[in-house]
Parts: sequence; C-alpha cells; structure tokens
Amino acid sequence: MAEALVELRRVTVSFDNRPVVDHVDLRVQRGDIITIIGPNGAGKTTLIKAILGIQPISDGALTLAPGLTIGYVPQHLTLETTLPLSVKRFMLLSGRSHVECREALSKTGVAHLIDASVHRLSGGEKQRLLLARALARRPDLLVLDEPAQGVDINGQAALYDLIRSLRDELHCGVIMISHDLHLVMAATDKVICLNQHVCCSGYPADISHDPAFIETFGRPVAESLAVYHHRHNHSHDLHGDVVTGEDDDHRECSHVHH
Amino acid sequence: MSIIDAILGDFFWRALIGGLGVALVAGPLGCFVVWRRMAYFGDTLAHSALLGIALSFLISVPINLGVIITCVVLAVALVLFSRSKTLATDTLLGILAHSALAIGLVTLSFMPDIRIDLTGLLFGDLLAMSRHDLLWIYGGAALILALLTLLWRGLLMSTIHEELARVEGVPVERLRLALMLMFSIVIAVAMKIVGVLLITALLIIPAATARRLAYNPEHMVALAIVFGFVAVSGGLTLSWHLDTPAGPSVVVTAFCVFLLVYGSARQTQS
Repeated sequence: MAEALVELRRVTVSFDNRPVVDHVDLRVQRGDIITIIGPNGAGKTTLIKAILGIQPISDGALTLAPGLTIGYVPQHLTLETTLPLSVKRFMLLSGRSHVECREALSKTGVAHLIDASVHRLSGGEKQRLLLARALARRPDLLVLDEPAQGVDINGQAALYDLIRSLRDELHCGVIMISHDLHLVMAATDKVICLNQHVCCSGYPADISHDPAFIETFGRPVAESLAVYHHRHNHSHDLHGDVVTGEDDDHRECSHVHH
Repeated sequence: MSIIDAILGDFFWRALIGGLGVALVAGPLGCFVVWRRMAYFGDTLAHSALLGIALSFLISVPINLGVIITCVVLAVALVLFSRSKTLATDTLLGILAHSALAIGLVTLSFMPDIRIDLTGLLFGDLLAMSRHDLLWIYGGAALILALLTLLWRGLLMSTIHEELARVEGVPVERLRLALMLMFSIVIAVAMKIVGVLLITALLIIPAATARRLAYNPEHMVALAIVFGFVAVSGGLTLSWHLDTPAGPSVVVTAFCVFLLVYGSARQTQS
C-alpha cells in the first residue's frame, strides 16, 4: 500500500460535548481526489479544518506524513477593502520567488491579472488566484473548501478539470468539499458522504445506490446521479433513452441540494 | 552639541520632535488598526492608560512602564474574553473602555497628594514634553519599527487571511500579541502629545487618508507616516500660535488633511 499523506482514525471534533465530526476514518494517498459531500451543518468544513491543523480534534488520531506541505484554498477570499493589494503582492506573500508565483498563476490561467488589484477580481478569478497561491507552495496535499462557489456553471466544470489536471501534474493528493454533486461525481475518485459521521463512502457509481446516501440526499438526487453517471460512462448512442426521465430528476435535484 | 542643546532646550521643538517620533510609528500601526478593524479596540486600550497612570503612582514605577503593562494586560484579557463569545465584541469593548477610564479617574481622585494635570493627560499638553519623554518615544519607536520589519510578512498575511496564514505556518496568535504590545507602547508614548482620549484618532485618521491614494500596503504605511507628520507639525504650530490644546489641534489638522485628500483625489481602487 502506498504511503498515506493523511490518515484519520476515529477522529472526533466536539463543540460543547456535541460531536460535529464523529469517529471519522479517512486516508488520502498521492493521486487521490477525495470529495466530501453532505448536508449543511454536516461538519465538512470542521473536518478539513482538523486536517489543516486549525481545528483541534477532541478524540482519535490524525497523522500527517512527515514534511507534508499543504496547499489550502479557503471557501472565500474576503478581503478588507481598506487594504490595498495587488495579485502579485498577494502571491509573493507566500514567500515564493517571482518565477514560481508567475508559473503558478499561469497554471491556473490568471497570469494576465498579475498587476490587477485583488479587490477587482470576479468570483472565478479569485478562486483561481487562491488555487495559484496554494500551488506556489508546491503542495503534497491540496485542500479545497467549496472551490466552485461563486463561479458560474461553465467555470465550475473548467475549475474541476483544472483541479484534476493539477493532480496529475503535481501528483498530489486532493481533498475537497463540494455541493455540486453532478460535477463532483464526474470529477472525483472517491466520495465521502458526511453527516457528522461518514454515512457512506466509495466510488461515485456505487455510492448513489447506497441506502445511506439515498436517505441523506433523497431518492431524486440519488437517481439523478445514477443516471448522470451512467451517461458519463457510456457512449452517446444511449443518450436519447437516458434523457427521458432525466430532466425531471435534474430539476428536482437542484431544488434539493442548495 | 550647543545647537542640539538649544533645540532640545525649547519646549516647542521638544514637542515637535516627540510628535514626529510618535507619528513615525502611529503610521504603520494605524494601518493595522484600519485593516483589522480595531479602532474601538485601540480606544479601549487608550482609555485604560489612565488606569495605568494611577497604578504607576500606587506602586511607584515609571509612568510609561505602568501604562504599557496595564495596556498589555488589558489587551490579553480582551482577547481571552472575546473568545468566549458570551458578549458581542463591541459591547465588551464598550464596557472595558469606559470602566477602565472611570476606574482610572476614581483611583486618581483617591491620591490627593499627587498633583497631576488631568486635562493634559486626557487631551495632550505641548508643554509637558521632557527630554526624558523624548528618550521613551524614540526608544519605543525604534523597538516598534524593528519588530514591524522583522514580523512584517507574517503580520500582513495574518491580516489578509488568518486561516490561510495559519495553514502556511504563520504564528498568528503570537503575532497578535506582538501587535498588542506595540499598540501598548505607542499609547504610552503618544499619551503626552495627543492625550488619552485622542490617540486612536492619530492612529486611524492618517491611515484612512493614506488609503485613498495607496496602491499597496507599504505605500499606504509610508503615506500614513507622511500624513501623521503633517498632522503633528501643523497641529503643534496651531497650538503654539493660538494657544489651543495640543491633542485636539493635531487631530483637527489630521481631519482637515483627510477632508482635503478625499475631496480632491481621484479614487484609486487598488
């Protein structure tokens, strides 16, 4: 078995004796893309904050590979507008060289914004800047908290593609939180459905049939995902047949998960 | 030597030299107050300075030292209290700011033997600057500037995004303490010039004025220092000629510069 970048054994995080993350086991290796999904308040952000070391754990064991460098892409880049800051300066604050910063910005496709003010970036540009910032540190593990939030639908697909190609290029592990179930199912290796404890985990194709998943997200979502995944894996000849019931499912799905 | 002696022998020049020393550190620290939204926090610390003065008399330590220690203790207490989140931070600050001021005033009233110029402490006094104070100001300024230079990247990073800074290994909590210590020092040394009640103004007005024109953090700091210099020299000159209280004169000058810059400058949004 390959060396684990991060290993969680029965990790519990409690606030006021109420467990928010309850006995979670998790193992991330190089090359993995693991997506954490779950309803609001399921402890997703708390779990990754524990992995990042900014949320103390109450019980269990969390082991990081020695010398592990983590690149973190927070949910928002909310910046105080009273602080004047350019993209370049923000990148250089990572302590990496000009060349490394420029390279990272090119990888995420925002090199042309290097002299812009961070306050003028759009949501998608900010996410790409944060990603570049994480990449400049040459991470072994990339941790993303809802990377596609505030990004339009085309941008979302592109962003997940980018994350996958960066994984291939850097050969790092990836943990991310996401709400965009369809995109997640297409982009990810392994899904962990969290609702305080791990409801279920596995490959996207399997998980949508899991009773625990259906219970958490409702049958329409699970079905639409199953359909989606089916379509994704098959040739386009089948397309017509599948689409019949799909439109309804999709509409219902988008009601359910926001 | 004789020229320096002549200059330092004149109380106006002493006040001006001291004031410029204060503005030199009020610039960068004021930027942090603005960036981290700590204006009310700064006010609370400044108000507690009076308590520090009273305590210094009680246990007979140098006033500056007493003020610094009181401010640091209060700052740490504030950070710890605000973590418990039972009261909103602004409520907590409001309680502590005014209580510290009131306790300071009450304590001082119990010490009739000690003659102090209360108005001078609250609003600043041009005449009160001694050579000894100048030593404190420039010693404090040197220490603060050294700390800022040393800790600059971490301080800036934890101001921009605290969690990101933590993940990148920036010792956020220790830097917060260092910042508190620096605030306490600047309050202790600025007290003589602008007075306890107006120190926050000297911190935030030049920094806010600088924001309008600045394109990066360091540029904003440099401009804040320049505007601080203008406020201090203008205000003290005003005080000298018109016999107005020193602190309010400095603040009025700073405010005029603020209005002038915001009225005339083209908005830069960097």
